[in-house]
Amino acid sequence: MPDTHTAHALELEIPYTVGHRADTGLYNGKLGIWLFLASEVMLFGALFSSLILLRTSAPLWPRGWEELNVPLATVNTMVLIISSVTVVLAWANLRLGNFARGRLFIAATLVCGLAFMVIKGFEYAHKFELHHYPSTNNFFATYFLLTGLHGLHVVGGMVVFLYFLTFGSRMWHRDRDRFTNRIEIVGLYWHFVDLVWIFLFPTLYLL
Amino acid sequence: MAEQIAVQAHHSPEEIQKEIRVYIAVFCGLAVLTGATVGACYGLKLPVHYAVMVAVTIAIMKGFLVAGFFMHLLSEKKVIYGILALTVFFVAVLLWGPLEHFLNRMGGGIR
Amino acid sequence: MTEQPQNRDLPQGAQADAARAGLLRDEGGHHLPWIRRYVFSTDHKWIGIQYGFTALLFLLLGFSLMLMMRLQLGWPGRAFALLKMVLGEGRAPGGVLLPETYNQLGAMHGTIMVFLGIVPLAVGAFGNYLVPLQIGAPDMAFPKLNMASYWFYFAGGMIMLASFAAPGGAAASGWTSYAPLSVIATQGQTWWLVGMLFLITSSLLGSINFLVTIIQLRAPGMNFMRMPFFVWAQFVTSFLLLLAFPPLEAGAIMQFMDRVWHTSFFIPGPLVITGEVVNFGGGGNALLWQHLFWFLGHPEVYVLILPAMGIVSEVIANNTRKPLWGYRWLVGSAVFLGFMSFVVWAHHMFLTGMGTMISSFFQTTTMIISIPSVIILTVLFVSLWGGSIRFTTPMLFALAFLPMFGLGGLTGLPLGLATADLHLHDTYYVIGHFHYIVAPGTIFALFAGIYYWFPKITGRKLNDVLGRIHFFGSFIFINGIFFPMFIQGLAGVSRRLYDGGIQYAHAKVVAERTNPFMSISAWCLLAVQLPFIINFFWNAIAAARGRKNVGDNPWDATTLEWAATTSPPLAHGNFTVIPVVQRGPYEYSSPECTDTDFLPQHANTAGNPPAGGGMLPTHAVARSES
Repeated sequence: MPDTHTAHALELEIPYTVGHRADTGLYNGKLGIWLFLASEVMLFGALFSSLILLRTSAPLWPRGWEELNVPLATVNTMVLIISSVTVVLAWANLRLGNFARGRLFIAATLVCGLAFMVIKGFEYAHKFELHHYPSTNNFFATYFLLTGLHGLHVVGGMVVFLYFLTFGSRMWHRDRDRFTNRIEIVGLYWHFVDLVWIFLFPTLYLL
Repeated sequence: MAEQIAVQAHHSPEEIQKEIRVYIAVFCGLAVLTGATVGACYGLKLPVHYAVMVAVTIAIMKGFLVAGFFMHLLSEKKVIYGILALTVFFVAVLLWGPLEHFLNRMGGGIR
Repeated sequence: MTEQPQNRDLPQGAQADAARAGLLRDEGGHHLPWIRRYVFSTDHKWIGIQYGFTALLFLLLGFSLMLMMRLQLGWPGRAFALLKMVLGEGRAPGGVLLPETYNQLGAMHGTIMVFLGIVPLAVGAFGNYLVPLQIGAPDMAFPKLNMASYWFYFAGGMIMLASFAAPGGAAASGWTSYAPLSVIATQGQTWWLVGMLFLITSSLLGSINFLVTIIQLRAPGMNFMRMPFFVWAQFVTSFLLLLAFPPLEAGAIMQFMDRVWHTSFFIPGPLVITGEVVNFGGGGNALLWQHLFWFLGHPEVYVLILPAMGIVSEVIANNTRKPLWGYRWLVGSAVFLGFMSFVVWAHHMFLTGMGTMISSFFQTTTMIISIPSVIILTVLFVSLWGGSIRFTTPMLFALAFLPMFGLGGLTGLPLGLATADLHLHDTYYVIGHFHYIVAPGTIFALFAGIYYWFPKITGRKLNDVLGRIHFFGSFIFINGIFFPMFIQGLAGVSRRLYDGGIQYAHAKVVAERTNPFMSISAWCLLAVQLPFIINFFWNAIAAARGRKNVGDNPWDATTLEWAATTSPPLAHGNFTVIPVVQRGPYEYSSPECTDTDFLPQHANTAGNPPAGGGMLPTHAVARSES
């Protein structure tokens, strides 16, 4: 059929999926993820703003350690920081062409994420045992809201890492640079999740 | 078709190894700062006002390390800086607005 | 220019196949299965069409809700068989609308029109279809994300529709869902919150796509100051959507928790509702919701107007046969407007007891934000001066936009002044103000866009006679509905009153004299949409059968979507060769023109398109350097 030729002739390939555009110095995915992170900054910023408001207008508000488990949360903080290191090491190894080590570090990141959620699970369970629910008071409402939403973001990242360890890893063999870029992009997302926790942890637990 | 520049071309293995050393150093810094903030606020049981100042300062330092080195923000392009600057400004506005409203209500202060 | 077939069916052959069935093949030239062709397409043009159809249906639905409301407002307490038929005995016993039902219709009218109708049409449909074409890109930067955006929108829309069937009916606390009423409202409000989360997700994914596309995928030679103003408008709009929606998302999650898990983010203490005490932990603040809502709510209204200004600019430039006057002013104003829109939100909250300092702050920023709007309107008016005006149907709508938006904008000024707002807040004056901007403003611009770009999308022009009936009828009746609202508002008729204000002695006379007239106008407005609907479907169906009646560039336009590709545009990919842009977007009647009065953006200086642009066959063609 003659129209096959026309279809082939069309410039369908989207430019700058892997290579940088000269004037911006970016490839599409990197710009996209930073824009997404900007919107996430607005999201968590709104939540922090609400927390500050509710706390300053409350006559009574407990100190974080009075109600929450600081040692456990400190462990969680270190777990996330370690996971940030592993994901950036994954990316570095992929750039060195070392797929096996790269995958290892991606798996390590996934394991850290899992550890974080398990510890969080213990924390929540303990709260429920003490009959501390979101409805108890605004301290717990904000605690559950902020850590819950953050936890959902952790799970989201874990799903993506799992994908890249399994089906997604095929792309390494098809288009090495593109796969490496994708790990860079999910790494940026993951660092942001760590960054949110870096602010969340002291705000909820230490103040 | 378009002028695509190979992404990995301008980083040699030596440069990447150097970056890895930086990552490890940053990790050590983050660990120390975490210890410091927990020690100050929880270990020493600082009163709220001081706790806020210490915790926010340390959090900003940790954030700077993660964003600057792990996210490579220190060597990022202008476009990204512009987007983030705009975002930070709007978050500041969003933090200010409701707080100003509630602190200075007609009829006086927080109710 | 190349000869185009006129008023007859396309001949068979490669070009015809490509043009008519352009969407049917993937890049390998293989047949796509039906579901990947028409349902889960990743082609921005088809996604734009999906958005367009869905949004137009929602607009019609939102309009219908209001028509039912206006029956009640015009003749309060009267029985209408239509109401009983459509809404059922439960919601309209004996054909008389219940107050609870009126509230549902009101809240859903606003929600559907804003979030399911106008924004998806202006941004999702027009933006998606045209932006890649106008900047010379093969598609959006993230085609799969684009597809996901549409389906999140669709899911959100279905959830909103389904909410009517919830026990107690749909959301009924206004499109603004103020706490604490919304927290204690019936189940439909929870559906509303969930629906909003889907819509916000759709919007965020879409805005990321638009921004990356515009920044990264501009064709060679298409620098920022050569982009059509329509693209600039979409660019600023996408920043607004990206950064303003998340706080509402946070607020929606908090309201959801208040409703479902009994938290007290927005509840100050236990509430007494019709004599019963409802225990909440307390400590929350209802005004917090208002801040979070309006932080989005205000940028949202600029999302409603900016694409419209973009469309009007394109249509005016094309139909005056001269460049827009003050393109740089337009761009600067749009950017400034977008920035300012983030710092004016509390002018919706002047009556909440804010202190003098914060009230003054927001009043000042609101006054300042009127300046870029005035500049844009002035630029468009001045652009008419000395033009060779063609009164095509799209131009009629675009011309009407100018004074109508002007009136809407001017009536915003007393609302932005805190003292005047004391009298006008929550009255019909506000409703008149924003409807003038959105209805004879944005919607007219969207109609202009439909009439203007229909030939691009289908290869057929809409019928002019039906178009003029549509225009003149709409213009007359839309003013009939909304102008009296200013009078009502000044007389003190409040918003959201089930009986239109007759229960209040100070408002009764004005309400009684104006409401029936407005309701009749509303139903007449429906009547004159029929020529448009018939026109639209008749021509869409003919086009789907491959019956073109115009060439590739029937309006003799300069921008890339007209000049560098076919009508309809070619299959997934848009251009045989990515055009190289040589000049600005509005080179009409330029001294360099030779045998025509316009220079396409990518044409070489002799006025001819470079070899290889558009429909020519596939052999390799050297691209000119920019």
